[in-house]
Amino acid sequence: MRVLYTWLCIFSTVCASTAGDVFIATAMRRIGDLGHFRRNHGSVAMVVRVLSSAGLFGGIFFMAIAFFSNLIGLSWADLSLMGPASAALTFVSNAIAARFFLHENVDRRRWFATIFVCCGVLLLTRS
Amino acid sequence: MTLRRYLVLLSIVIFGSTGDTFLARGMRDVGTIDIHHLADVFYALANPWVIFGIFSLLLFMSCYMTALSFADLTFVLPATSIGYVVMALLGHFWLHEHVSPLRWAGVVLITAGVGLVAGGPSRTEHPPAHSAASKSLQEQP
Repeated sequence: MRVLYTWLCIFSTVCASTAGDVFIATAMRRIGDLGHFRRNHGSVAMVVRVLSSAGLFGGIFFMAIAFFSNLIGLSWADLSLMGPASAALTFVSNAIAARFFLHENVDRRRWFATIFVCCGVLLLTRS
Repeated sequence: MTLRRYLVLLSIVIFGSTGDTFLARGMRDVGTIDIHHLADVFYALANPWVIFGIFSLLLFMSCYMTALSFADLTFVLPATSIGYVVMALLGHFWLHEHVSPLRWAGVVLITAGVGLVAGGPSRTEHPPAHSAASKSLQEQP
């Protein structure tokens, strides 16, 4: 059962982290380039605009879920399993989510980059 | 990509790595938190290293949001993963840790991934809705 709980935590960490990234990316895309926004409207208006974005708070909510499910997972499993498994799977799930939800152009170059980084993280943390 | 944008990506790497390191250093002082006393985690908030860590991660979050305002998620995530390489290099040259051949292979793979994604466009350009609609109208017989 402990193994099942651990993988449930990894699964929920990956899903919540991906959902958080997608929400934040959607919110920031709607606002546009923050550098341009600050130059045109000033820093205060930029902060107000960012903090009035509902998508941003949705993203932070999912990030909090990911943080706590990772924390709970760490109480059952070693960091050497939780760390690489959730980091590597999040790279892949983010690429898939970005393709379907953010309609990003995830071309062959980006897929190779994602897979290289994913394998690299696994090697760095497992050895 | 302008210099300012590369600096934003660099800040993500720096503040993300230092934030995690500060938190880990602080939690070493705090000690193990029992699963039955999870509220003890709030005592950690009084530790100066944890406070530095949270402050650093707040800066990381603001840089991360800035990067997502001008680049795709599938560009930002691999491009900023160079932080793993920086930590491995710091461990080897500063802390004199043993870095196995497998770890060096991991460093090479991450560097290759970062190089690949950095060589491509940072943003997917979506056509404006009205031009897409007019194009579809033009295509109709």
